[in-house]
Amino acid sequence: MRANLSRAARSGEHRRVLAALGAVATGAAMIAVTVTSGLAGATTPRSGTAGLTPPEQGSPVPASIGKGEGQLDLIAWEGYAQPQWVKPFTKATGCAVSVKYAGSSSEMVSLMANGGGGQYDLVSASGDADLRLIYGGDVKPINMKLMPSWSSFHPFLQSPSFNTINGKHYGISYEFGPNVLLYSTKAFKSAPTSWSVLYNKKYSGQITVPDNPIQIADAALYLSKSKPSLGITDPYELTQTQFNAAVSLMKSEHPLIKKYWDLASQEISLFQSGTTVVGAAWPYQTNTLQAAGAKVADTIPSQGATGWADTWMLATKAPHPNCAYKWMQWVTTPKVQAEEAIYFGETPANTQACAIMNSLQKGSCAAYHANAPESYFNTIKFWKTPLAQCGNGKNDCVPFQQWASAWTQITG
Amino acid sequence: MAESARPRARQSDGVARINAALWKRAWLRATLTLTPPLAWFLVIYVASLVVMLVTAFWTVNPLANTLEHSWTLANFRTIFTSTYLTIIGRTVVIAALVTITDAVIAFPFAFFMARVAGPRSRRILFSAVLLPLWASYLARVYAWIAILQKGGVLNWTLGHIGLGAPNLGYTNVAIWLVFSYIWLPFMIVPVYSALERIPDSYLEASADLGARNWRTTLRIVLPLALPGVVAGSIFTFSLTLGDFITPILIGGASSNFVGNVIYSNIGTAGNLPFAAALAVVPIVIMSIYLLGARALGAFEAL
Repeated sequence: MRANLSRAARSGEHRRVLAALGAVATGAAMIAVTVTSGLAGATTPRSGTAGLTPPEQGSPVPASIGKGEGQLDLIAWEGYAQPQWVKPFTKATGCAVSVKYAGSSSEMVSLMANGGGGQYDLVSASGDADLRLIYGGDVKPINMKLMPSWSSFHPFLQSPSFNTINGKHYGISYEFGPNVLLYSTKAFKSAPTSWSVLYNKKYSGQITVPDNPIQIADAALYLSKSKPSLGITDPYELTQTQFNAAVSLMKSEHPLIKKYWDLASQEISLFQSGTTVVGAAWPYQTNTLQAAGAKVADTIPSQGATGWADTWMLATKAPHPNCAYKWMQWVTTPKVQAEEAIYFGETPANTQACAIMNSLQKGSCAAYHANAPESYFNTIKFWKTPLAQCGNGKNDCVPFQQWASAWTQITG
Repeated sequence: MAESARPRARQSDGVARINAALWKRAWLRATLTLTPPLAWFLVIYVASLVVMLVTAFWTVNPLANTLEHSWTLANFRTIFTSTYLTIIGRTVVIAALVTITDAVIAFPFAFFMARVAGPRSRRILFSAVLLPLWASYLARVYAWIAILQKGGVLNWTLGHIGLGAPNLGYTNVAIWLVFSYIWLPFMIVPVYSALERIPDSYLEASADLGARNWRTTLRIVLPLALPGVVAGSIFTFSLTLGDFITPILIGGASSNFVGNVIYSNIGTAGNLPFAAALAVVPIVIMSIYLLGARALGAFEAL
């Protein structure tokens, strides 16, 4: 769900904004295609408002991986299918890889409509898209017994609630990262211990947070500790009352905000120039700023943090399932996990990647917390799609669309 | 040689016959010439607009992110709430300010180019106006970030001459400045061509009748240049109205333009119908604007 503008933090700014323009063009084309197919009566009614049982729950999983089909079609974030690990994969398996880069989680969900339409095999979906894909019947369970690397995963990424339902794994976890509190060490003598600094008038005009509706969950996470009477247990499952409290907290924060950042590089420039002194960020910004000599540091405050975690998910109508399984095996090996982590600036799911990360870039394992104790990860609430169905079987939670429109009201 | 010449002759017989047929039937000629561009226009341009308009009346399934083809006015009703009216208002006001600023700057500049400068300096000035268009839009916006942000050139300069640091980076003022800069050539060129067309004899006649320079400018030059200004304003106004990159890059905490909300509804929120409904807003605004511009004779000046 990182907006596509902020995705792929390493690629050049130009490329990224051009990608944004491209996304708009794609969006326009999507309107055209969806509507045309709709007018032609080609779309079938979808189980969109499904209850709590995913449609593909009973779908059979293969017992072994057969011979590769020679082809693999991916939907991925930019930076998730780099030649340095795609070329050796094709050489080893004979599966030629073609990639469709998506600009946002919603675009991924749209592209995966109708089980990938027999066109796509795998999607590198983020947690906020996962449940939409699972309950939409677009992805199907996989056989984890065929994934040897899985047992070396961080335990919290083996069966997380955003990709595993009733013990069925709808894909394999890939990489993740926390949303940290970034601060200027000039303005703060010691690390802030609470997210409350983002709501503190003392830093008025010197605060920056991401321009993304899912940011409401950060306010909810803070409220879950600072206002226990609201009874928030999961920042992505909010009743109307809890949601309103989070939104009004963010509205009160608005006058203090210098900028809602869309690109990682914007936040970097805001801190470099000293325009802002505190904000919500990814570890990537901290590492880049520190490498450039800026006096900044990041921390996970006492309330914990939100974070993202991406999963390779198998399309219901995947035309090349054997190559898809081979790919999931390949990208979860320690080497590819380490290469991806360094390339993109995130944390690998496979704990064995740590040593390789350090050999690729000194100190990178610790910089991205790949070797942190499990207690560190337990403080991270990973993004998942806000649905009307709360975990309690009731339908009184606020769905994502309302998050999106509330976000426009907050940012004005 | 003789053998190969015969089929060629027969072929040109055929061509001649087709030519004759076309010459006799003007309607056929017109149809054949106009069909390809017209079809292209209808399919690519009009059809996509119609499709977008239709989408605006639909809703989206929040879970599966698919369109639901049930007709509703809900999207348009949402637009008329304070959040979106504020954003539309901000977009229109800044677009208007940019247009006025550009007109004020462009007029004397174009006047000098058209009526004062010699052919050589006119060529140099023309290059100077058009040169920025060769550089990437983004490069120019980033240059302005470097100028306006804290620690930037503007703060530094004003700070050193004792005027204090204005800190204009990431504000709506910054958006106004950057847009005014970026679209200025689009105002100068049509104003220049309108001014250039004014016959010298008009100005001489005005002077002969005793009008001083300022009166000639006010009564003769300005009214004759107005269609050019309006033509330029179509560019500056509509380009600002539809832009979303500059607000993202240099805007502050309250800098959403209509384009930004459309963009986030296509991308982050995945709400195509609402994005389509919002896209109708600039279309309506521009239609009204163009009708006004036509009344002022802007299309003759283009």
